[in-house]
Amino acid sequence: MNDYTKYLASRVTAGGLSRREFMGRAMAAGVTLTLADKLFTESAMAAEPKRGGHLKLGLEGGAATDSKDPAKFLSQVMFCVGRCWGDMLVESHPLTGAAVPSLAESWEPSKDAATWTFKIRKGVKFHNGKELTIDDVVATLKRHTDAKSESGALGVVKSIKEIKADGDNLVLTLTEGNADMPLLLTDYHLVIQPNGGNDDPLASIGTGPYKMVSFEPGVRATFERNKDDWRTDRGFVDSVEIICMNDATARIAALSSGQVHYINRVDPKTVDLLKRAPTVEILATAGRGHYVFIMHCDKAPFDNNDLRLALKYAMDRETMVKKILGGYGKVGNDFPINNTYALFPEGIEQRAYDPDKASFHYKKSGHSGSVLLRTSEVAFPGAVDAAVLYQESCKKAGINIEVKREPGDGYWTNVWNVQPFSTSYWGGRPTQDQMYSTAYISTADWNDTRFKRPDFDKLLLQARSELDEAKRKELYRSMAMMVRDEGGVILPMFNDFVNASTKQVKGYVHDIGNDMSNGYVATRVWLDA
Amino acid sequence: MSNLPPGTVLPGLRFKQRFPLLSLIFERCLLSIVLLFAVSVLIFGGLEALPGDFATTYLGQSATPQAVANIREELGLNRPVVTRYVQWLGNAVRGDFGTSWASKNSVGEQIGKRLGNSLFLAGFAALISVPLAVCLGMLAVHFRNRLPDKIINVISLAAISLPEFFIGYLLIMFFSVKLGIATFPATVFDGMGFIDRLKAIALPTATLVLVVLAHMMRMTRAAILSVMSSAYMETAELKGLSAFRAIVKHAAPNALAPIINVIALNLAYLIVGVVVVEVVFVYPGMGQYMVDAVTVRDMPVVQACGLIFAAVYIFLNMTADILAIVANPRLRHPR
Repeated sequence: MNDYTKYLASRVTAGGLSRREFMGRAMAAGVTLTLADKLFTESAMAAEPKRGGHLKLGLEGGAATDSKDPAKFLSQVMFCVGRCWGDMLVESHPLTGAAVPSLAESWEPSKDAATWTFKIRKGVKFHNGKELTIDDVVATLKRHTDAKSESGALGVVKSIKEIKADGDNLVLTLTEGNADMPLLLTDYHLVIQPNGGNDDPLASIGTGPYKMVSFEPGVRATFERNKDDWRTDRGFVDSVEIICMNDATARIAALSSGQVHYINRVDPKTVDLLKRAPTVEILATAGRGHYVFIMHCDKAPFDNNDLRLALKYAMDRETMVKKILGGYGKVGNDFPINNTYALFPEGIEQRAYDPDKASFHYKKSGHSGSVLLRTSEVAFPGAVDAAVLYQESCKKAGINIEVKREPGDGYWTNVWNVQPFSTSYWGGRPTQDQMYSTAYISTADWNDTRFKRPDFDKLLLQARSELDEAKRKELYRSMAMMVRDEGGVILPMFNDFVNASTKQVKGYVHDIGNDMSNGYVATRVWLDA
Repeated sequence: MSNLPPGTVLPGLRFKQRFPLLSLIFERCLLSIVLLFAVSVLIFGGLEALPGDFATTYLGQSATPQAVANIREELGLNRPVVTRYVQWLGNAVRGDFGTSWASKNSVGEQIGKRLGNSLFLAGFAALISVPLAVCLGMLAVHFRNRLPDKIINVISLAAISLPEFFIGYLLIMFFSVKLGIATFPATVFDGMGFIDRLKAIALPTATLVLVVLAHMMRMTRAAILSVMSSAYMETAELKGLSAFRAIVKHAAPNALAPIINVIALNLAYLIVGVVVVEVVFVYPGMGQYMVDAVTVRDMPVVQACGLIFAAVYIFLNMTADILAIVANPRLRHPR
């Protein structure tokens, strides 16, 4: 079985692929009809979830400073913790990224997409026995949209002008049309809490598949199964234990000695060593996160598009993916969207390493002397190596890059978004609109490339309220071309999320939404003895 | 003082002359308190000088200027440094370390747990390593320049030359991954039984013992050896005492001061310097707590940790000095 068929089989096991789809794709990949049939049956058999057991996760990204208040979730561990005990109004489909119902059963936009009506599910109980009502939903959203709030979702929900209940329905009025509104509500901060969490934001009471039993920030969190869960297709294990393990070697040791069932953030450098352990399975999921080299379009010498193009052509993307990501990633094309997004603009030519073109544009730009690139290990794993690698590929084009290594402490305050040329990363966003609104619209606070183009902004706003998918796709294509050819971002690669589990863990869903099966790993897998 | 007639006692010196030991100890304690205050200023000033403040660092890439402003306002970060320092110190003296900016938990409560964990680990490591180091040191002296001495030396030198995380990884690899007999990770938590706790800390304790053993052992050996070369040891030998008895009874007490010093230094290290071991073994101690807080500039936590670390260091050094004074009568009368 090759990697692709294995991947298809895992999708079947996860319940995301029909027999017809599986057979078609597997046979296209060169598997015989009989074998494909057998594979499907096996994988589908495996899809029968088992209940029970104690699931232990060893996760990087927890700290003693973590807060239980969903509004202040920031770390990877809290992202996962929140998904265990809470539900949002909307979830995203793990394989297509489309909005699917959760606590909101269905929704309806107005014609201009500026007013949205959500039907709230009935008969759902919080962990404290109280029934979920529209008031809880309204209070939750109000708490997160309050201008005084410290919510991490503030940027996401700031376009909501009014939140009100209409009978049992939730009505959101936006400042402008937004066709992606349901997807914005999938944000992991927006956990629906009783009375919006106003009484006690730290209570960790929600409607999720697990009830929190204990929590010690930066150390450990434990959960037991919520017997009154409103869904039956999740929460298979009896209890969950999340242990914070910030040391990569400790995670690997814990997994290979069987002390935990699942770890996140496997270093691409060690993944091949880990693969040798017979009990371990590597779980790599294509994601939206990407590593970037950012140039300020308004500062010399980067205010010259020929220089920017020269630096883009001088990037050897294939080598970057191979050396920095250990092959666990995909090449980027200098715009922040890949095919894991719904409405991805297909058919845009892949930009390749071309020293001749680079040197042509470099000469045309009239710039001479070296270009200063600031980097640090915290920008992304392997950022310093990547900078040096880039320095080498630029040399062949006659461009001299001077690499300056900055201290990791304070990098996000003093270098990123301040200095004209630096390395950085972006996590994925639920929608293209959000990605562009966060970092590419002229008015964005985090417009870290200083890409200020009124025509681009206009397209973005137009696409935002456009309900016709074909038209939207066309608009997104024009925007992608603009960023790719004139923007200040060099985007060599999208990184996969590399996690690993023991072979006991079944039903892992490769969710394109975010890392760790979009945070839902504990609620989706089961243990096979 | 020397040209005064004998018997005259200056009023201010009366206490000092009558109780030279007590007054020396008193002075030493006073010095420690002054030192602690100086450290508190340094901690506060140092944190002020760090780039970036809590609001921006904590929110990181997901910060909006609005949220940043909200946090600054709420925490009173806009007030002058001196006001904040005085207020903080006033509360700290009364034992109130405030609440963590990030998690909103009481710092005192959190530190109580974490310090307890750190002391538990350090205590066990000390319980094993201190007697072991002193015994091995004496053994090495007894067999000096012969095979046992050489073996002890080579092994302890090897242990001290390896970085602690490496020793940790080696122990994990052999005892946990290959043999599967040791518990890993060493995470301890509320409601964990005492026996389970002991099992959990077995590997980190072993690592710490290996790390601090050599230092103390070699100091013991050197200190006793230097005493051994003095005249009264020769007398002891000449009057026919057994070599071992000579070492234990006559040499060791006179070598106490430097040994106590190195033990105190290592004890302090066991409590405040084991961040790496904590990270490797996923052990929830003080070091990890402080590092987490520094990363997001969670000032109340960092300040409290810094102050406690300083206090531990100063206290242990003070104890070592006092013990050395008690153990060595000559130190009571500085010439």
